[in-house]
Amino acid sequence: MIRLEGIRVDFGGLRAIDHASFNVDAGSVTGLIGPNGAGKTTAFNVIAGAIRPNAGRVLFDGEDITGLKPYQRAQRGLARTFQIPHEFSHLTVLENLMAAASAPEGENVFNVIFRRGRFGAEERAIYDHARETIRFLELDHVLDEKAGNLSGGQKKLVELGRALMRNPKIILLDEIGAGINRTLLSKLADKIKLLNQEHGLTFCLIEHDLDYVSKLCDHVLVMAQGKLLTEGTVDEVRSDERVIEAYFGGGKYEAHA
Amino acid sequence: MEWTGLFFYLVSILIAGGIYALLCLALNIQWGMGGLFNAGIAGFFAIGAYTSAILTTGESSKHLGGFGLPVFAGLLGAALLAGLMGWAVAKICVRLKSDYLAMASIGIAEILRLVIVNESWVTNGSLGLAGIPRPFGEYLAGRSADLVFLAYVWTIVLIVYFVAMRLYDSPWGRSLRAIRDNEASAAAAGKNIEKFRVQTFVIGCAVMGVAGGLSAHYFRFLSPSATDPLLVTFLVWVMLMAGGSGNNRGAIVGALGIWSLWSMTEIFTNRLPLEWITRSSYIRMLLVGLLLQVVLQKFRSGVLPEKSPPLRFRK
Repeated sequence: MIRLEGIRVDFGGLRAIDHASFNVDAGSVTGLIGPNGAGKTTAFNVIAGAIRPNAGRVLFDGEDITGLKPYQRAQRGLARTFQIPHEFSHLTVLENLMAAASAPEGENVFNVIFRRGRFGAEERAIYDHARETIRFLELDHVLDEKAGNLSGGQKKLVELGRALMRNPKIILLDEIGAGINRTLLSKLADKIKLLNQEHGLTFCLIEHDLDYVSKLCDHVLVMAQGKLLTEGTVDEVRSDERVIEAYFGGGKYEAHA
Repeated sequence: MEWTGLFFYLVSILIAGGIYALLCLALNIQWGMGGLFNAGIAGFFAIGAYTSAILTTGESSKHLGGFGLPVFAGLLGAALLAGLMGWAVAKICVRLKSDYLAMASIGIAEILRLVIVNESWVTNGSLGLAGIPRPFGEYLAGRSADLVFLAYVWTIVLIVYFVAMRLYDSPWGRSLRAIRDNEASAAAAGKNIEKFRVQTFVIGCAVMGVAGGLSAHYFRFLSPSATDPLLVTFLVWVMLMAGGSGNNRGAIVGALGIWSLWSMTEIFTNRLPLEWITRSSYIRMLLVGLLLQVVLQKFRSGVLPEKSPPLRFRK
């Protein structure tokens, strides 16, 4: 579904991604792991369009999307969440979700002023979808709360909710688990599995907790120092010496100060 | 006599207050909803004022004119030209982050004012345009004309308020507020940020142009000093901050409240000892600045803070 080919990203003198190529298969829950500074979030930003690579191509369902802006990629069915919550802080939780939906009639400024009948049905459907998603994420009790007032974990759920409102083909989850308590986290894992199995939604997620990754992911990509180190099932990569080295240091993948 | 004097003082405050209400509503669309830091209100106000004045005045050898159109057509022209100018500025600047947009817009507004002062074949330079008509001016004279003009201004305020409420209470407005709050996630949600911002900027600038036109018709005379950024740009910002950024009613309340206070400080500064009177305008600025401080300390988000619009079909 997603294919990166020879991606290179330089931040000044720092090579954040060094000719990395990998696939995220349709229908999979793919984990992207690696030590801090491995280039995982940068890879997400390249996929989502927030960072333009210095070299390489990004393919989405076979189409080259390297030149597309983030909003154009979103309109093609690519959704993402952010590592640090990026909520619409002055909007309520309900509005956060509704604002994420695509509303071609209601976002037409001429319709809004002169032909308000045009978007009534569309708005109603968006509302129902948002309520359903909020129920699914168990956020009903904070429905009318401004998103800026929520806890860190709740904001992460709002992020996920907004991604779901897009009816995407794939969701990129950047450390969705960080800052969420254990009970909620395992519930969230169930939800991700449910969305994957029943709705065929593809996920690609960055996560540091390997147990969590092993619970969720059927396929794992390991990055270190901007390169794809290895890939396989969680058990395969766990026993891979290079991965252990990259995580615990002592070898050539240890960062030198 | 005291009472009629007081009554027409009130009328004059309400007319100017209505023009400020328009500016404030326009800024609320741009900043309150769209997060666009327009520090060049005076420039768009000036375009509107000169467009409407030139379109409605009679023939003169000193400046462009002789169109003699009705006032309403003049105001329409003001909205169109100011909106078009807003479009051009937005196309260039709208991608800038808020503080850079402020710098760019303040610069553009000053350039426009310099053009107005120097291109005297169009504007008669610093000598100004005289004989600008008022709406229905041929039937009315004296103080009744002020009352009619008051109604004219507030009719337009109501129309603009109505439009602003429609913009605010809509998926368009919701997405615009989302873009204001977080650009990156709005883009991740498929919003074409540039398109929204250009639309927002154009709508706001068009309304600012209408406000400029109305002020030219009110004073019947227009010179570059009428578009002083202190009185146009910065006072409007104070009004919106005090009234409540993101709230259309707050914008009107802020405009009326601050304008009343501003006018009343005149009464106060007129009673100052003679050697202070020359400094009175600075004292007024100081007072308004103090007032803004009090408002921002006591009511962080203005007197009427931003509220989310209700959904009609929600039980």
